[in-house]
Amino acid sequence: MGRYVVRRLLIAIPTLLVISFVMYAILALAPIDPLASLATDPRVPPEARENIRIALGLDQPWPVRYVKWLIAVLQGDFGVSFMSHTSVSALLWQRLPNTLAVVGVAYIVGIFVAVPIGMLSAVRRNTLTDHAVSTLAYIGFSVPTFFTGLILIIIFSVKLHWLPFLYDSNLKVTDFNSLVGQLRQSIMPILVLGLFDAAVLTRYVRAEMLEHLPMDYVRTARAKGLKERAVVVRHALRNSLIPVVTLIALGVPTVFGGAIVTEQIFHVPGIGELLVRSIGSGDTPVVAAIVIIFAVLVVAFNLVADVLYGVLDPRIRYA
Amino acid sequence: MATTTSQVRIGGVAQEYKRPARSLWADAWFTFTRDRFAMVGLVMLVILVAATLIGPFFYERPMGVIDFSRGLEGPSLEHPFGTDDLGRDLLGRLLWGGRVSIAVGITAVIIAISLGTAVGALAGYFRKLDNPLMRFTDVFLSLPILPLLLVIIYLFREAIAARFGPDLGIFIMIVTVIGVLNWMPVARLVRASFLSLKNKEFVEAARATGSTDRRIIFGHILPNVLSPILVAATIGVGGAILTESTLSFLGLGFPPDVPTWGRLLYDAQNFIDIAPHWVIFPGLCIFLIVLSINYIGDGLRDALDPRRRI
Repeated sequence: MGRYVVRRLLIAIPTLLVISFVMYAILALAPIDPLASLATDPRVPPEARENIRIALGLDQPWPVRYVKWLIAVLQGDFGVSFMSHTSVSALLWQRLPNTLAVVGVAYIVGIFVAVPIGMLSAVRRNTLTDHAVSTLAYIGFSVPTFFTGLILIIIFSVKLHWLPFLYDSNLKVTDFNSLVGQLRQSIMPILVLGLFDAAVLTRYVRAEMLEHLPMDYVRTARAKGLKERAVVVRHALRNSLIPVVTLIALGVPTVFGGAIVTEQIFHVPGIGELLVRSIGSGDTPVVAAIVIIFAVLVVAFNLVADVLYGVLDPRIRYA
Repeated sequence: MATTTSQVRIGGVAQEYKRPARSLWADAWFTFTRDRFAMVGLVMLVILVAATLIGPFFYERPMGVIDFSRGLEGPSLEHPFGTDDLGRDLLGRLLWGGRVSIAVGITAVIIAISLGTAVGALAGYFRKLDNPLMRFTDVFLSLPILPLLLVIIYLFREAIAARFGPDLGIFIMIVTVIGVLNWMPVARLVRASFLSLKNKEFVEAARATGSTDRRIIFGHILPNVLSPILVAATIGVGGAILTESTLSFLGLGFPPDVPTWGRLLYDAQNFIDIAPHWVIFPGLCIFLIVLSINYIGDGLRDALDPRRRI
């Protein structure tokens, strides 16, 4: 197992290097000048523009810049944002809690909804409950999250006036009222993402349960007189969850990707919103940092999923 | 393949069977029509596609007519789906925009499927190519797709628009980028099928009779891999339509004069409090087309899988 993890880590390093190189090349070769706004500003003299360019290191050829950037990133330094002139790491740390508060909570909500419902649906196969759950899950992952989000805004903000339209990032939770305010403004983004995740996961849980319920060990558990509840939950569900857990790990990067859209709908000032904004303003250092973080997330959680699979299922042995 | 009667020789005399012979595809179609959800999906999809293809010929209100005095009106007899902020008829725009959305979905999938099948077939058939090609696929699978899509489209769209014109340029770009970032699952699927098929007896027989590699790949193995590819392609069209509308919704898709469904939503979100109909109709279109494609894809998967047939 240990050797397997080490080998996988060794494969992950060149993968990440290739991805970072490709991404940097795309950003560097793009026919868009990050200093275009300065170029059209008549108050900035050409020499000053050239000095800024040199100060930002943009006068060097891009492979050189890539190597320098890579060395800095490996030391935890993502550079300075062109737009806000603060360090990219500071920007990211400032945004990360908002993203985690929405995406993380939504994913957990999704898991806690999906497991019992998927299990129930499988146990009551071909009943009304099962059909209702399957149909809802199907609809749930066919609706784009930006549509669900807008519909929720129409219902709860525009028509009923129950919940606020936009996410107020200046709100600090200090007392009971501000806590309620925080809950009120997070509930719609969490619901949108959580229901989508739940719809996807429910199908997996149901499919796995259906595979395990007819197995011999389940019949043995019944035969030795266990209560049905114990048979289903302690025996069938536990084994069904092994592949589901790995799928949950594999889904983490996708969930962060989905946050880009959700944060945009509700104007949650998180990483995704920062990415869209930085792309729009040509803020290359921020874009590079976020893309590389997403790439690391993908590679890391692929590894986590594989390792978890081996840990949870003793039958899996890595050679 | 499509013989309706089969001839069998008994004692040197050709005899005709009464029962029509059923090909794989006829069998699959038979199973498919028994799947209620798949049929609902098919009907829904046919209606949506037909509406966007022939609708604009029958629905005569031109979509570009601007009438500020009638802006943001709700559904009425004159404007069944209401109007946008410039007073343009929403149904007309939906019908036109739907063509683009569907065209993007289909074209992007053709690119993804062709790339994936080529890489998968080469990796599965030629042992020397397997490892390098699969490493390459793994790298692509580790790419953060949505962020990368956004970055590439933002950075390159002006250059491409200058080259091919604003509308066609964006179309080519979106379709290519979605296709190039989505071929990996197909490649894995095709490779796995090729690996399991290339040592089967019928391939050995083909090789023994002197077939070239090219003939074995295209004439013998590929037809057997067609059904999983078809299923992946079907579901892929839904995914590509979703991706396009996501891009348009983030403001990085088509320009405002190409009213794809995602673009309509992007424009509508600022008027959500006064013109909810403007959000609801395009959103419903995206939802219904993705739902129907998913149902069809699942139905096809069941219908084309001989093990699941009763």
